[in-house]
Formats: sequence, C-alpha cells, structure tokens
Amino acid sequence: MSDRIFGAVGLLLAAFYAYAATLIQESFLTDTVGPKAFPFIIAGVLALASIAIILRPDAEPQWPALPRLVEILAAVVVMLIYAQTLKIVGFVIATTVASAYLSWRLGSKPLAAVLAGIGTAVGIYIVFHLALGLSLARGPFGF
Amino acid sequence: MDMLAQLGHGFEVALTWQNLGLALIGCFLGTIMGALPGLGPSNGVAILIPLAFTLGLGATPSLILLTSVYYGAMYGGRISSILLNIPGDEPAMMTCLDGYPMARKGMAGEALSISGIASFVGAFLATWGLILLAPQLVKIALLFKPADYFALYALAFMTLGGVSSANQAKSAFAACIGLALAMVGVDTATGVPRFTFGEVHLYDGIDFLVAIVGLFALSEVFVFLEHRHGSADAEGHKMEIGRITPPVKMVKETAPSMLRGSVLGFLAGVLPGAGASLGSFLAYSTEKKLVDREGTFGKGDPRGVAAPEAGNNAAAGGALVPMLALGVPGSGTTAVLLAVLLSLNITPGPLLFAQNPDVVWGLIAALFIANFMLLALNIPMVGLFTRILLVPPRILMPIVAMVSFVGIYGISGSPFDLTVMILFGIVGWVLRKFDVPLVPVILGVLLGNPMESNLRRAVQISNGDWSVLVQSWLSIILWIIAIVGFLMPIIFGRVLRARMRERGDDEGALTD
Repeated sequence: MSDRIFGAVGLLLAAFYAYAATLIQESFLTDTVGPKAFPFIIAGVLALASIAIILRPDAEPQWPALPRLVEILAAVVVMLIYAQTLKIVGFVIATTVASAYLSWRLGSKPLAAVLAGIGTAVGIYIVFHLALGLSLARGPFGF
Repeated sequence: MDMLAQLGHGFEVALTWQNLGLALIGCFLGTIMGALPGLGPSNGVAILIPLAFTLGLGATPSLILLTSVYYGAMYGGRISSILLNIPGDEPAMMTCLDGYPMARKGMAGEALSISGIASFVGAFLATWGLILLAPQLVKIALLFKPADYFALYALAFMTLGGVSSANQAKSAFAACIGLALAMVGVDTATGVPRFTFGEVHLYDGIDFLVAIVGLFALSEVFVFLEHRHGSADAEGHKMEIGRITPPVKMVKETAPSMLRGSVLGFLAGVLPGAGASLGSFLAYSTEKKLVDREGTFGKGDPRGVAAPEAGNNAAAGGALVPMLALGVPGSGTTAVLLAVLLSLNITPGPLLFAQNPDVVWGLIAALFIANFMLLALNIPMVGLFTRILLVPPRILMPIVAMVSFVGIYGISGSPFDLTVMILFGIVGWVLRKFDVPLVPVILGVLLGNPMESNLRRAVQISNGDWSVLVQSWLSIILWIIAIVGFLMPIIFGRVLRARMRERGDDEGALTD
C-alpha cells in the first residue's frame, strides 16, 4: 500500500512539474527545441515510472513506530534551527548544542552528550578553522 | 613509449610533499570510513568534497585526496566484514562469507592480511587496466556527436540500477527526480528562469554538492536516529587479531584467486551498471565454482576472502575508466567523483586527456602511490583501525552531521543552502525507506544539463528533426545497450539478486 501511495504522489509530482513547465516564459530568442521540451520529457517518464510503481508495488517497507518518526522530525527541527541561528550565536555554540542533542538522542547519557557536543564543536573548530583556515560562522564572541 | 612517458610525467606531478601528504590523509580517512558501518565510499567522499573545495585546493590535489579516500574505503570495508560479520560498505558483503568464519577460527589476522594483499593486487592491476583502456575509450569518444552523447547519457541512467537492481521503475523514478532538479535555474541556452517560482536563491540552480551531502550523509544520520542505533557494533566482541602477516604458503595458495578476482572485478567496474558489489559477487561465485572441491567455501577458506576483495578493489579502479574517458560514471562513488571534477570546473570526457594531461596522469600516478600507502597502512597498522571500530555511532554520527554542515556552509556561507541540504536529507531518508536508489538522483542532478544541451544541440543541427537521435550507428548501438541493460534486471535480475541478498543488509543501502 505504501508503494501505491508513493506512486500516486509521484504522479501528482509529474503533473505539477509539467504544469510548472508550461509556465516557463519563452524568450523571443529561442532554439528549435526550446526550454520546455526536456522538462516535458522528464515529466512523462516520471509519470510512467510512477504508474509502474502503482501497478507493481514492492513489499511494504518497515515503517518506524510513531515515537521514532517524532524523533526524526525533532532532529530535523533542531537542524533547521541550527541553520538559522548559526550566524547569530556563532559556530561553536550552535554546534555544541546541535551535536550534543544528536548524541543524546542516539543514546548517550546527558553528561556524556554535552561532553561529546563540546568535543565535536571545539574539535572541528581547531581542525578546520585554526589548522586549515576554513571560515566558519562568527558569533558575537568571534567564534 | 608514449604512455610510459606520460605516466612518468604524472609521477612528477604527484610527487610533491603536499600531494603525498594529501594522499596519506585520504588513505587514512578512507580506510576509517570504509571500516565504519554506516559510512561508505560514496558518503565519505561526499562529505569531503565541499571541504576540499573550500580549502582552495587545486584540481589535481583535490582529486588525489578524494580518490585516495575512494580507494581507502574499498580497503577498509573488509575490516568490519571480517571482525564483526557486518560489511563496512556494500561491496564488502561477500567478504563476510569466508572472512568472519576465518576470524572465528582464530585466524582474524591472517584473514585481514590476506584480504589486504588481495585488495592491493586488485587495485594495482585495475590501475594498469585504467591506463591501458581509458586512452582507447577516449579515441572512440572523440567520434561522439551530440546525438550520441544524448544516447550515452540515457544509457548511463538506464543501466545504473545494474543487473542487481531491485525495481527498475524506482531507478527510473530516481533518475527523473534528479533530472527534474537539474532543470531548476536559469536556462543557459535562452536565459529564461525555469522552476524558480520567484525565489532568487534558485536562479543559479540547485548546487549539486548540497544535494549530494544531504542525500548521502544526512540521510544516514536519520537512519541511525530511526533505529536508535547508537552503540558500537564492536562492543562485546572480542577482537583477537593474532599475527598480522600471512604465511607465505597462504599467499601462494590464494594468488590465482586474487588474479582471477581482479580481472572479473575490473570488467564489472568498467561495464555500465555493474559496479563494485557485482564485481566482488562475481569474483566470489566464480571462485567457488572453480576451486571449491572440498566444500570449504563459506567455512573460512582464505581463497574466499582473497577473491571478492581483489574483485571489489579492481572494480573500483575499473569504474574510473568510463568516468574519466566519457564523463559518465558507472557507480555511486564515481558519480560523486564526477561532482568533484565539475565543481573544479573540469569537464571529464575525451577532452580531459588532451587538455588536462596533468590532472589525468597525476591522478593515475597518485592512485599507484595511494595503493602502496594503503598496503602499508592496512597490514602492519590494521590494529589501529580495528580500535576505531569501537567509536560508537552516538559520537560519530553527530560529527558526520556537523562536518557536513561545515562543508556546505564553507562554500556559500548561506543558511539557505543549509536548509536545502536538510530537506535533501529528509528526502533521502524517505526515498531509502521506499527502496528508491539515491545514486540515479545524484547522477540526474549532475548530468541533467549536459544531457539537455546535447539533445537541443542535436535537434538544432538537424533543423528540428528529432529522428536525428537514432540515426548514427553509434547512437543506435548505445540505445540498444541501454534498452537491453534496462530490461535485463526485470527478466532475470530476481535470481541474481536473491543470491546476492542472501546475507545482505535490509536498509536500502547506498551502492558502492
């Protein structure tokens, strides 16, 4: 069943892609094929592949239980916050928090997770910024 | 001889302290990444590309670093196969069959060293194969016209799933997703924006590095979170290595297996859609048919370790042939290496050999050097790597995630790219849940634009006549191979797959 839903989503995606391709403004200077043809081909193949998936679905994948899904979602949220706050609080603080969170959720004890977070952030800072000279996000404290 | 002179020149390019140092770092990191379950050659290389790029390394040094990682990962995969019965990466699957039984018999040291030597033989012979075969392929490639290139790209997509592909519809689906993403941005031929929906960030397209790191590295983090698989696989296993040099008698016994495995592996690597997993599988099963008279295979026969290891390392070298000569990669990791070349503004393919001989021959020389380094790292120092297996994923995976962020942030310094990368990570996780292969997505993002422009050029030259696509004999041959390659897995892939999957992993792994 999952595969059939997946295929249906694929079909919708193909339809949307084809629709978005019709919106492309052609300029007056264009080649014989134009900028729309190849996207239409892609949408067509995508639709065919989706239909094939609907008609011959694979065995059901093993879906994780709800708490696991929430777990992944929470990690995504943490990462998105990380991406947005990186420039504001600086690399080391943001990275410490994010990697401590991930380490905790992967099964470290809270204290060990904090240490792992600090270790990761400082380690990357030393190797990539101090040793290799890569520019990392600077926060209010300069690191 | 012209070829040897060029190779000599390649060694001049490669033998600088910086390049040697990079090769050593690459070999070391690669072996670690190969050995750790969950990090394979493709995500290992993927994480390092943005770093090589932002560190401002030149083309040759970057390639040396990253191909050393690639070769190193191929070596490293065997370590956890032998010690833990968990393949460190997919091609090392077959090594479990005899490697783990050997380790249980107290011969872990012998198994590790004999497989190290086999890896060396495989990679060494394959590098010679690369030198001999790639220039010949270039000569053919020079005859290619736009229509033939279009057929070649189609061939790459249609055969990428390989003979062992689970579901061709899903491979095609993945390829289309990649191609569709490649279309985002301003059309280079006419200058009109496509699929940008008014978002300025999308005008110059989706950076393929962002897509690669998200799909390969971050999705792995999500898989680990899903299973809450945070403790090291090695915990609780006693790892007695014992002697670290193989008895001479064993080397002699396994030498023919290594040679046969290397040849088969190399061929599997060169052919489109086969790759290292198939190389090691072919090497193992052929060897079993040929020499397994007493039924010792599967119970800890050293030949059963030597053959697949030679096979997968030879395939790694073989896979570089179409990537360098035609610009069309045949496996996951070479697709990632293609991304390296493109981000360095080098177009692989026939002109690469003419315009950037330094890059090509420097790279080949570096492969030889890396191979010797890997032999040195992997036999006497193998104990070091087995200790790294004890690092639990709950420490390792956050590091992987953060290094990915650092690399992508380093390229553009924009949080927008990081957000896009996270989205790719989720998409990657969902696709892996549905057993949709990720490599065609990457290949689509990489090859979408050249594929389209060759199509448009071909039709333009023929004044709008689309039949030009199947007019030259070259393109007809390519289309036939493509169609056969696409249909073959549907017809008799099931049998082969069942045999390869007998002890495979279940979590839609990345291919080589």
